[in-house]
Amino acid sequence: MAATQSEIPTAPAAAPAANPLFPLVLQLADTSLILAHRLSEWCGHGPVLEQDLALANIALDLLGEARSYYQYAAELEGQGRTEDDLAYLRSAVEYRNPLLVEQPNGDFAHTIVRQFLFDNFHYHLLKELQSGPDARLAAIAEKSVKEAAYHLKWSSEWLIRLGDGTPESRQHLDKAIATLWRFAGELTTPTALETNLQELGLLPEYAALLPAMQAHAAHVLAEATVPLPAAPFAQQGGKSGRHSEHLGYLLAELQYLQRTYPGLTW
Amino acid sequence: MNNSEWPLWEVFIRSKQGLDHKHVGSLHAADAAMAVQNARDVYTRRLEGVSIWVVESKHIHASNPDEAAEFFDPAADKVYRHPTFYDVPDSIKHM
Repeated sequence: MAATQSEIPTAPAAAPAANPLFPLVLQLADTSLILAHRLSEWCGHGPVLEQDLALANIALDLLGEARSYYQYAAELEGQGRTEDDLAYLRSAVEYRNPLLVEQPNGDFAHTIVRQFLFDNFHYHLLKELQSGPDARLAAIAEKSVKEAAYHLKWSSEWLIRLGDGTPESRQHLDKAIATLWRFAGELTTPTALETNLQELGLLPEYAALLPAMQAHAAHVLAEATVPLPAAPFAQQGGKSGRHSEHLGYLLAELQYLQRTYPGLTW
Repeated sequence: MNNSEWPLWEVFIRSKQGLDHKHVGSLHAADAAMAVQNARDVYTRRLEGVSIWVVESKHIHASNPDEAAEFFDPAADKVYRHPTFYDVPDSIKHM
């Protein structure tokens, strides 16, 4: 059928000015959700029963935090999408989690290093966010910071044990550090969005978090007898939607049920 | 896996201030610090406690079940050891 001029779709009416907090809250939600899912993959596979439970506890803490963010994000967006729509019905390029949290579990040392790098950032970020100007974000941070404090204690102690443990545990830890340290830089390197929010005073300056993060990392690594890794090239992209191939597989499993049976509930 | 290489610990949880620590179970851990953390993760997930004690199981010495007869049976017919023969004044509650 010959298209007439009038049938060519025109640009939709300008959307209402988006709340600048929406993409940030979504990024925080994605980050906690993806790491929670990764940790949940350990369920039933932990090295010992006690650590299987510890990993599941941390996964559930992060999942709860992610829900709070997704609910808030859905309200900020105001387009009728629910927390489930945001978590289950977006494609990989729409996810804004940093690359670190989507990296596969690997062995236990690999999971510990990934967790340590995340916890060290997460805890220090939440500590600042809880006194931020946005009341809702502050409330979520206030609840989550206690959980994050325990996560950081847990991953720090395991890093020390693995580093200062047996030659075998040390070898696994060294390998994990060599693989994962390059993903740490993305956490504290602000994107254009984050810079904008920092200028608006809605997000703490990451540079201000670094001294405490570096001091903690230096302390833990010294206890673990591991030399401080040289700052490698920071692998980036996740926060801008450029992900490693791992995220697609993760989402395929995470979203399978909602994609196959849309709208399914308990 | 290598569970057998880690010693066994007994876990005691105080559920509320003012109550006693109660034995809740056991777990494996490499040392006391790990045992306390493991106890937190295994036994206090549902708000069960405000304080945790751990004791390495080898430090608990138990009575021998084979000696149960001479240990415990003699107490069975000595009801006069219970304070139930005293008259308690009505004003005393919670006895």
